[in-house]
Amino acid sequence: MKYEVVIGLEIHVQIKTKTKMFTAAPYQYGAEPNTLTDAVVLGLPGTLPVLNYEAIERCAKLGLMLGCEIAEVCKWDRKNYFYPDSPKNYQLTQNEQPLCIGGSVEIELPGSARNIEGEHRWVQLNRIHLEEDPGKLSHTAFDSLVDFNRAGVPLAEIVTEPDLHSSEEAVAFLNALRNLIIFAGISDCDMEKGQMRCDANVSLRLKGSDVLGTRTEMKNLNSISNVKSSIEYEIKRQAKILDAGESVIQETRRWDAAKNSSFSLRSKEEAHDYRYFPDPDLMPVSMDRNRVQALKDALPERPFDRQRRYQEKYSLPYTITSVLCADIELSDFFESALSLYDSPKAIANYIVNDLLRELSAHSEVGDSALSIKDTKMKAELIAELVEVVESGIISKQIAKEVFSEMFVSGESPKVIIEKKDLSQDNDDSAIESLCLEAIANNPKAVAQFKEGNAKAINALKGPIMKATKGKANPAALDALLQKLIQESE
Amino acid sequence: MSDLFYSDISSLNQGLESKAFSAVELMQSVIDRTDAVEAKINAFVDRDAADALKQAQASDERRAKGESLGAFDGIPVGIKDILAVKGQSLRCASKMLDGYRSPYDATCITKLKEAGAVIWGRLNMDEFAMGSSTENSAFGVTANPWNLDYIPGGSSGGSAAAVSAGEAIVTLGTDTGGSIRQPAAFCGVVGMKPTYGLVSRYGLVAFASSLDQVGPLSRNVKDSALLLEAITGHDPLDSTSLNQPKVSYSSALDQPRKKMTLGVPKEFFQQGIDQEIKEAVEKAIDWYRSEGYAIEEISLPHSELCVPVYYIIATAEASSNLARFDGVRYSHRSKDAENILELFSKSRGEGFGEEVKRRIILGTYVLSSGYYDAYYLRAQKVRSLIRQDFEQAFAKVDAIITPTSPTPAFKLGEKNNDPLAMYLNDIYTISVNLAGLPALSLPVGMTQNNLPIGMQIIGKAFGESDILTVAHDFEINHEYKNMRPTI
Amino acid sequence: MSESDKQINIDYVAQLARLELSDDDKAKLSGQLNDILQYFEKLNSVDVEGIEPMAHAHKVDNVWREGDEPSAVFSKDVLKAMAPESREDQVVVPKVVE
Repeated sequence: MKYEVVIGLEIHVQIKTKTKMFTAAPYQYGAEPNTLTDAVVLGLPGTLPVLNYEAIERCAKLGLMLGCEIAEVCKWDRKNYFYPDSPKNYQLTQNEQPLCIGGSVEIELPGSARNIEGEHRWVQLNRIHLEEDPGKLSHTAFDSLVDFNRAGVPLAEIVTEPDLHSSEEAVAFLNALRNLIIFAGISDCDMEKGQMRCDANVSLRLKGSDVLGTRTEMKNLNSISNVKSSIEYEIKRQAKILDAGESVIQETRRWDAAKNSSFSLRSKEEAHDYRYFPDPDLMPVSMDRNRVQALKDALPERPFDRQRRYQEKYSLPYTITSVLCADIELSDFFESALSLYDSPKAIANYIVNDLLRELSAHSEVGDSALSIKDTKMKAELIAELVEVVESGIISKQIAKEVFSEMFVSGESPKVIIEKKDLSQDNDDSAIESLCLEAIANNPKAVAQFKEGNAKAINALKGPIMKATKGKANPAALDALLQKLIQESE
Repeated sequence: MSDLFYSDISSLNQGLESKAFSAVELMQSVIDRTDAVEAKINAFVDRDAADALKQAQASDERRAKGESLGAFDGIPVGIKDILAVKGQSLRCASKMLDGYRSPYDATCITKLKEAGAVIWGRLNMDEFAMGSSTENSAFGVTANPWNLDYIPGGSSGGSAAAVSAGEAIVTLGTDTGGSIRQPAAFCGVVGMKPTYGLVSRYGLVAFASSLDQVGPLSRNVKDSALLLEAITGHDPLDSTSLNQPKVSYSSALDQPRKKMTLGVPKEFFQQGIDQEIKEAVEKAIDWYRSEGYAIEEISLPHSELCVPVYYIIATAEASSNLARFDGVRYSHRSKDAENILELFSKSRGEGFGEEVKRRIILGTYVLSSGYYDAYYLRAQKVRSLIRQDFEQAFAKVDAIITPTSPTPAFKLGEKNNDPLAMYLNDIYTISVNLAGLPALSLPVGMTQNNLPIGMQIIGKAFGESDILTVAHDFEINHEYKNMRPTI
Repeated sequence: MSESDKQINIDYVAQLARLELSDDDKAKLSGQLNDILQYFEKLNSVDVEGIEPMAHAHKVDNVWREGDEPSAVFSKDVLKAMAPESREDQVVVPKVVE
């Protein structure tokens, strides 16, 4: 393609506070319609907003996590527009003086294969500001219904610079951002629940040009795959227009996931005239530098920093760290287990392989995978399991069985081993007699082994494992069989 | 007992305490008086006598048990139809809010209830407090008790007329650009706008948020002082409410004080002022001088810019504040709306009166793309200059004396078709709101036409005690507080 | 800004304000508002260079609520009672296309 793609994103993230941004009414996703309102939420005559400091503090934390500068003073503006889900018909937002300025997000571009780490780069942010969420409209065939439960939930709007250049980069950015926000505990970023929403601005320009092309804005992108498809659709649409020698019209478009296409909502001429002005009901916030510093000092480790630490300190491979660090729950679980028993590779392997397998096996079809906290799994169980394997009490083979058992029951590996009598059988005389029996019963396999076919010994091992219910230590058994075969000559 | 409705709070309180009469009897006296004159005055847009008597009954029961809540227990307080009272209608004298009842109490109402006051009726006003004559009410104009062909002033015209006509002991009004002081002047009563932030705005339906304040109207200075101290105090529900130590304004009145220095701004006595008003206020100033007050001429050089600054800021804020009246969650909904756009524009077109529409259009325009800097931002900067004028003046004086209004009350319909002339009527009062200062209007004379003349006393921020004392000193040495209109 | 720029475009402004006006209203308002805007020109007589805009009568920074503790909510009947039209505990409006 002869065009360079330029993408800027605006991401709205619901900040996880107990109460709303300008009143103490609670918020909870999925509550019965209009049960989380009060006079302020409904914009009743005479009501006034009072800022929830928790929203400021969490947004500042988000800003610090994203490398933003925290403004000395931030202020509140009214954005005036009529919409039936907007109780006051203006939105309290930060237009002139946002809380967080600049910032950047480290992203990982797709590698050449799934198991190969991709290139990292930093995407520049313009700002993060706070605003209030409107209510929620749902549509029937003939009218629309308004639920104001969501109205007034604190929203952080994260605005990037036009610093992304493909749908893959946009996806990588959203994944990285989402992970950062979850690591910081600011939001769960569940796009299906509307906790994270994305608008995308897309424009094309001839490669080498330093003038930005005319952009269109895509609204209503409520999943990462929608972001990807809508950007790809828009790139093709604009390229076709430009190829035909025509101009792209600056407009807002709505992505229709069902039709896999977008349609025009309004052109620039019809664009809103928001009549921003400083809100007279709210006072400016001047950020206490000590509080900002305290937030900064208490910031959690960023996901990519954690991944690099795992690779460098524990020599864990990318295939493991990329899974662990994509999920704070897994990664925190790993760290807790590691603090109990220092064997990073084995613990990481149990988490990435056995734990993930069990989580998905126990999830309902169609639901997202179970979370560890929904199960009886505990970090100390994994730590103990690795310990008993490494100290030779059970084999790795038996460990798998123990894992499945403890995942379901939450019992400690030692209890399970005891209860089921699974500890590795090191009674040499019993095993020796089983071995002698096997050698006597399998002259053909013994002969083949003697002729140099090392695998032939497996035929002898099968019956012994069966007889010991798998408790024989496989390595020790190998050595013993070889010794006995040689002695039998 | 027949004239209880014209008594002041202190004597009513004595009578209630000594069981000379009950709160129910007091309330009945006010109800009877209201029933007698209301056909002529139309001060109320709504009133529920049974509910008021019930509140009075509760007050009597408290007092009988020795659990009186204080000076306000059992005193009927009239409420402007812009302050939210739980369970009562709240219409701001607009068709837009027909049928609406507030599910919560304004903070000032909560405080009055806690003081035992009887919350009495809904007082007429200009629709959404926009106007200076009460002619912009959707429920008919209120008459000036002194001359029924004249307007009572506005927007708190009902609050002023009710006090003047004995339909309430005291009332609450709101003042954005003079809406308490100007009707107080026109009706010959005391009306006070406190320092911005002294009284919570929570539950006051916003007209211009950075200017609105709730304040008292009464027949004498002490009653205003008492009502003010009942409603002040920091409110966590209003972020612009200031955390000030509680002051007993009424007890300050009786303490002897040094004679203060009074400033007289020359700009307020120049062109456009009615001669009788000028003379009455100058006579009052002479009295102060003769009593040993120092009188200093001062200058408020940006005074003539107050009207444009005020009408830009107030209409801009109003255009946004009144956006919530859209026919969706509450308020009038048009029956003819085919789609959501029409639901908004027809409901608002049908629900709002002419003056409200004019101000919404003006406010929307001054904020619209391309005009913000020339109008709104510039007005905010000039507002700083206006405040600086006052700061400089108050470096030299303790209070400032001006007329309240350039003219006395005018006839019904006289200025209806000239909004600019109506706006210029606020010229002496609006600078006080722009600077956020306290000011009161005090009756200081009568015109030959037998219409009251009001004098404005402006104080420093939180200088309520000063201006009340200055006003009280004049009042107790003159007879105006005992003037009653013949209705 | 030229004089014609300061003539009010009443249709545009009324549309922004979501306010239906009759043609008579528009004609009357345009005249009155243009007089008022003319009067506002007075503001240009003063130099405001370097003057801070005043958004609050008494500016106090950092007024907020701490603690993030939920307070009481309205019963859904409060909204139902005041809403011009409701169904399934929600407010009904004409179908919103956007």
